[in-house]
Amino acid sequence: MSLDNLQKLGVVIVGHVDHGKSTLIGRLLHDTGSFMDGKLEELKAICERRNVPFEWSFLLDAFQAERDQAITIDTTQIWFKTKTRNCVIIDAPGHREFLKNMVSGAAFADAAILVVDAKEGVREQTKRHAYLLHLLGLQQILVVINKMDLVDYSEERYNEVTSEVKTYLAGIGVTPHSIIPIAARNGENIATKAESMSWHKGLTVLETMDIFEPVSAPVERPLRFPVQDVYRWDETRIIAGRIESGVVRKGDTLTFSPSNRQAKVVSIEKWNSKTEILTAQAGESIGLVLDQPIFVARGDVASHDEKAPALSNVFRSNIFWLGKSPLQAGKHYKMKLATYEATVTVQSIECVIDTNDLSRSQKQTVETNEMAEVVFRSREMLALDSYKDSLKMGRLVLVENHDVVGGGLIVPEGLVDQRKTLGKAQDNLYAVDHLLAPAARSARNGHKGAVVWLTGLSGSGKSTLAMRVEHALFTRGMQTYVLDGDNVRKGLCGDLGFSPEARTENIRRVGEVANLMADAGLVAITAFISPYRADRRKAREAAGDKFFEIYVKADLATCEKRDPKGLYKKARTGEIKEFTGITSPYEAPENADLVVDTSTRGIDACVEMITQYILDHTRADSNVTQLPAAKARS
Amino acid sequence: MQDYLDDLESRSIYILREAYNRIKPLGMLWSIGKDSTALLWMIRKAFFGKIPFPMIQLDTQMELQEVYDFRDMLIKEWGFEFHAEMCPPEESMDQTLPPATRSASRKTEGLKNLITNHKYKGIIVGIRRDEQSMRAKERVFSPRSFDGNWDYKDQPAEFWDQYKTEFPEGTHVRIHPILHWREIDIWRYTLREGIPYVPLYLADKNGMRYRSLGEKNITTPIKSTASSLEEIIAELETTKSSERAGRTMDHDSEDSFEKLRRSGYM
Repeated sequence: MSLDNLQKLGVVIVGHVDHGKSTLIGRLLHDTGSFMDGKLEELKAICERRNVPFEWSFLLDAFQAERDQAITIDTTQIWFKTKTRNCVIIDAPGHREFLKNMVSGAAFADAAILVVDAKEGVREQTKRHAYLLHLLGLQQILVVINKMDLVDYSEERYNEVTSEVKTYLAGIGVTPHSIIPIAARNGENIATKAESMSWHKGLTVLETMDIFEPVSAPVERPLRFPVQDVYRWDETRIIAGRIESGVVRKGDTLTFSPSNRQAKVVSIEKWNSKTEILTAQAGESIGLVLDQPIFVARGDVASHDEKAPALSNVFRSNIFWLGKSPLQAGKHYKMKLATYEATVTVQSIECVIDTNDLSRSQKQTVETNEMAEVVFRSREMLALDSYKDSLKMGRLVLVENHDVVGGGLIVPEGLVDQRKTLGKAQDNLYAVDHLLAPAARSARNGHKGAVVWLTGLSGSGKSTLAMRVEHALFTRGMQTYVLDGDNVRKGLCGDLGFSPEARTENIRRVGEVANLMADAGLVAITAFISPYRADRRKAREAAGDKFFEIYVKADLATCEKRDPKGLYKKARTGEIKEFTGITSPYEAPENADLVVDTSTRGIDACVEMITQYILDHTRADSNVTQLPAAKARS
Repeated sequence: MQDYLDDLESRSIYILREAYNRIKPLGMLWSIGKDSTALLWMIRKAFFGKIPFPMIQLDTQMELQEVYDFRDMLIKEWGFEFHAEMCPPEESMDQTLPPATRSASRKTEGLKNLITNHKYKGIIVGIRRDEQSMRAKERVFSPRSFDGNWDYKDQPAEFWDQYKTEFPEGTHVRIHPILHWREIDIWRYTLREGIPYVPLYLADKNGMRYRSLGEKNITTPIKSTASSLEEIIAELETTKSSERAGRTMDHDSEDSFEKLRRSGYM
């Protein structure tokens, strides 16, 4: 086999429980000679020991519990070769309660085989699985009508079941590649044509698998590069990620969404590359170096300007729900979209789809394993593609209480029609009868409150950093405010001078106000020299675990050279008597949560470090759906 | 042009970067075998030459000498943070386990100690689906309970490259970046990239080689004439025997490996 054919084809086997999925897989492996030595004997021995008839399913059901109950609990993968290529067979459980495992397997497939029992015909999970294949975007679907031996290889029965399958698939807009009558147990129409069904003129299962193609990365589509992380091991900043679609070239101007900033690609990075990389394409994990120090963080999506994703905070999605508690209108969920995370609110449930008869009903909840059309709203603008434009970017998962509880496709309809939703009354009005829980505030804000305490010498860059970080957070939809000498000395601390006692009182007040702001859900950033450890400790005590001390480090010589307000000069000449670093001490933090050294790092790098740190430490918990102290009023 | 190895590698790099971004503190079990060494190479690729978290060996002091020599050579040459976690002695293991399984369970206990003492939230492990049918059922991000147990009956949903990255206090996650690779892929990649490997994988003058490297008391070499990577690859293209045939513990009883894995074995 040449290296060109090594690209594997992933084929998922789905269908109703007991319609013969495992038997089909066992047979495929057997008929292609893919068994390892001794495997068949081992299986026979297990069956003998357990005193049960020979079961192909034992091959895949690895867990004792699966063998004991003779059911497949979780999805598995197994390799084999056809004449022309490598295949990986994905076995998916047929039981309704293991639907999340079925999805976990099927999402990796390039093609699917839907197994239908000739005797039983189309059943509940046949339909649900078919519907999910459609939602997962699988285009290559082979239907096999299995256990033909149990219906005497009747062409008439085959035609009945075939018509039943076709009708259902047509209802969800799926056209199967082909339909084949088989008897997996006897290997009929698997690898070789069955004499018993000479009336069937089509291909065998293996021949059909050789026609299927691995799904290739969408190189031809517009560029989408979701940022995974930003590394700065030395002075070079590398934007790391995987290209999900399109091509990027050295020298391209990229637009980052949702911030809408632009920068040029200076270089495309891969470690240990012998030659300069001029282009990279969909599927490649790369790094980018930009010419501008624009703020870029995980979740941003880089594209070319002319074909950028849509920006919207309302969109419609076709979802499947795996959660144990129902999805409800008005509830909040964490949404993951490529590498972006946002809190979304279920604005409305347009309809719930019964996969059994494809009827649509108006309901206010979506129960486990149901499919629905839902409108979501987020606080911030999101970079959005419909799944029709980009299969990879146009799909999302929902997270609740640490778990992925659903998946969905962003449909183009919801993206264009914003007027309809803008006219609607807001759902998130709450009748408050006592104090709101912090979780409720962070749920609405999409982040937790925090006190970010910048400390450092005069001229170390605290104020500049505070303003820049505030700006960066604000553009990401966060609630934030900077407290510095300029705004507190005017009113709050207008009565205080500059004696050590007054300075201590000044810091105490700032600490308390910052704490109140954090309680109210804001990210309060303070920019004060705050030279004494004891003062800073008090501020930390006031705010508790939402306090983050950031040491803005710069040596005295650097600060004195910068001297933005001419204060050092005045201190040296004695015009200012008490001046930190010159005539009074600065007690550097011993256990700062973060240290940024502005004498060795550029300002942009420092802004980025702090911003990223805050984003990482103010993320709202995923169980934001609980509003313990508030009742929803509709 | 991307070939199939590039695709496998790109996926692994994506997983490694997700792990590094979402899970802290993070460490990797480096068994010094072909798989985790290839994975270590991919870490250098993912992080542009840097190895940003420690490599950990669960050391039973029963590895073959060549393995220790290779370990010391690579640490010196590549320069990364390394920690050897000494595993508790076999006498302190569950004596009802079959002998080889009991011996293997020393690593399970070593891992538990490691996680308790170092508070790791994420442990990267270089296992592959094609090695063993239990491993074939693994998730890429696979949560473990506080005592390291694997609740295989209720694994999280995992699709569209969205992984479970949040966990209740006291639990940790195993991250499996090369789950989708096969044995032959690892060797093709090792050959293409020029990654160093323990020479025991090559056939000696007696026509024996190790296909899988475990401790010396519970691993046996196989008959083979493959004395170069090219020959190993050619051998694997036609072989009908399984990779772990030389691992005694897998064959103690029908469910011995399951017992090991459920209680936290890699």
